[in-house]
Amino acid sequence: MKARKILSIIAGTAVCAAMLASCGTAPASTPSSAGTPSGGNSGSLIKVGIINNDPNESGYRTANDKDLKATFTKENGFEASFAYSLKNDEQITHAQKFIQDEVDYLLLSAADMAGWDSVLKDAKDAGVKVILFDRTISADPSLYEASIVSDMPKEGKTAVDWLKDQKLDGYEIIHIQGIMGSAAQEGRSGALNDAAKELGWTIVTQQTAEWNAEKAQQIVQSVIDSGKSFNVIYAENDDMAKGAVAALDRANISHGVGKDVIVMGFDCNKWALEELKAGNWNYDGQCNPFQASYIKDIIDTLESGGTLKEKTVIMDEKGFDATKITAEDVEKYGI
Amino acid sequence: MTAEKRKEGSFLSGLLRNQIFIPIAALLLLAVFNLLADPSFFEVRLGYNNAGSPVLSGYLITIIDCGTELAILAIGMTLVTAASKGQDISVGAAIAISGSVLLRILCGTESRPESLHAPIIVAFLISCLVAMAFGAFNGVLVAFFRIQPMVATLILFTAGRSIAAWINNNELPIVTDETFAWFGNYIPGIPIPTPVFIGIAFFILTWALLKFTNLGLYVQSVGINEQTSRLNGLNPEIIKLGTYVLLGLCVAVAGFIKVSRLSTINYSVVAKDIEMDAILAVALGGNSLSGGKFNMKTSVLGAYVIQFLTTTLYKFNVKSDALSAYKAVVVILLVVLSAPVVREKISELFRKLTASGKADAKA
Repeated sequence: MKARKILSIIAGTAVCAAMLASCGTAPASTPSSAGTPSGGNSGSLIKVGIINNDPNESGYRTANDKDLKATFTKENGFEASFAYSLKNDEQITHAQKFIQDEVDYLLLSAADMAGWDSVLKDAKDAGVKVILFDRTISADPSLYEASIVSDMPKEGKTAVDWLKDQKLDGYEIIHIQGIMGSAAQEGRSGALNDAAKELGWTIVTQQTAEWNAEKAQQIVQSVIDSGKSFNVIYAENDDMAKGAVAALDRANISHGVGKDVIVMGFDCNKWALEELKAGNWNYDGQCNPFQASYIKDIIDTLESGGTLKEKTVIMDEKGFDATKITAEDVEKYGI
Repeated sequence: MTAEKRKEGSFLSGLLRNQIFIPIAALLLLAVFNLLADPSFFEVRLGYNNAGSPVLSGYLITIIDCGTELAILAIGMTLVTAASKGQDISVGAAIAISGSVLLRILCGTESRPESLHAPIIVAFLISCLVAMAFGAFNGVLVAFFRIQPMVATLILFTAGRSIAAWINNNELPIVTDETFAWFGNYIPGIPIPTPVFIGIAFFILTWALLKFTNLGLYVQSVGINEQTSRLNGLNPEIIKLGTYVLLGLCVAVAGFIKVSRLSTINYSVVAKDIEMDAILAVALGGNSLSGGKFNMKTSVLGAYVIQFLTTTLYKFNVKSDALSAYKAVVVILLVVLSAPVVREKISELFRKLTASGKADAKA
């Protein structure tokens, strides 16, 4: 009996350790592998500390991480250290570590808007220049040099403008939303809501599928089962558009270029652009994950002693039309 | 006269006490509600899909189709609950893992292979083995190390989706082979969704397993009293471990259907929150969440009731992020209804009502 008790205590500790490890490994191991300066030659290299969200989060994030890694290389004159976390407090800890390591630039995609003031003040005092990418924070703008962001409402507007140009006889739209309250959802929903109000478009159903293809399939299935008519599917990401299309295929509703239902998605996954090219979907809006070149330009300007024209840089984001997309676009913009 | 009265009273309280009462009542409630609100809910149409083969469609078909995964998971969850007095909360993450393994074998390292790298059956069997191995991992923690099931399975719950992403090197493979999509959709020429058949086959297997082996009895006796079952020559650890391995098998089958539906996977959202629905199905089936006796049929019925509820809410355009709030109401009702105090009160009330009714009739 006693042996069992001891065993259970050991097991309990092991479980705790495993849980800590499962939360901790991804962010903790990475900076140490790439982070420690290799020695004397660091004088010629620009040291950057990059704090990002977990690359496993989505295809967008994976592409974003790949792009950063490809740009900030030794060949390009950088010594980059990476740290990943989806949690704000862990990110702040990484930031403190980078400041101690005396990086020249701190690149940050913050998990949360709030809580960054004090650590960024530390950075400023230590002479570390901060550049935000992908996400903004609520700290005072004087604490960072620049921020490079996507304009989600603009993405939505580009898509809705495209939809307007289709000049359908009537608009009956199934609107599948992302996780409510996320910046992408609010931007992309807002544009459609405004246009629907202004132009009298009918929203047949408006539901959140929480970026989930299965849920999107069930939502569209439910509309089909109810017998309501519709001619546009506006899904706020590619996965959900795919789920919606699966429901259409089941019910023999034709979709794509010149067919009964217009299918719209966002994010420009490569497979989605291929669907576009095959004419099965009609539109895909880009959410540009390639911020590295913008960041590099800013660093180059600052290094050469120049000043930045604007604090907030909004990236170019395209919308692809199935009738115009080329194989080159699929290769270049697919993530 | 008194005999008759007693009979009637016991019939009512017997009905109330019967396990199948709750899921049946919930099902009837939903069905009546839909019938009153819009009878077309029950309409089933025969149409054609894009491939030109006949398919049945309608809300009822959606329910028996989409409820399959949940019903299969409910089977495993019932056994786990009965034997280990706790629930496995890692089934959603485990589905991500087994689905990822399935795609890894079918697609190799390519994200969009021209042809399959292995026969589907081989990939399926390997994903079964992997899922059962993860089930065994949970089972060992629970049975041998005596960790609270919810805590033990929390490990996989946290790490599972990352493991799934890692298995496929963070790619999201897409299977282009049409035959793979048959299992989650339709086999050409057969108008009933394939998951329904998979579900039925799985139910028959489970039924046979419980009917022709003593597994059910063993599981219940371990859940009711471990010491006594040990004295009677059972090995409670092995039985508990066995239930987790069986749940692993259920996970693999459910994962297979899920992945086949869209021929691809998204690790972070596939089968999201399905563990809570599976536990709810067990509870809705009138099974005690603290182990012991169980009834498989009512759990399966419970799973379909949940899908019925989900489909009904979709039909009435209820915001889908409010869905969990409605489920929460169901949980509260269930917990209150299944409390012994409340049940006693209700059956007493019924007894009094029938008694006074009889007295009035006599006067």
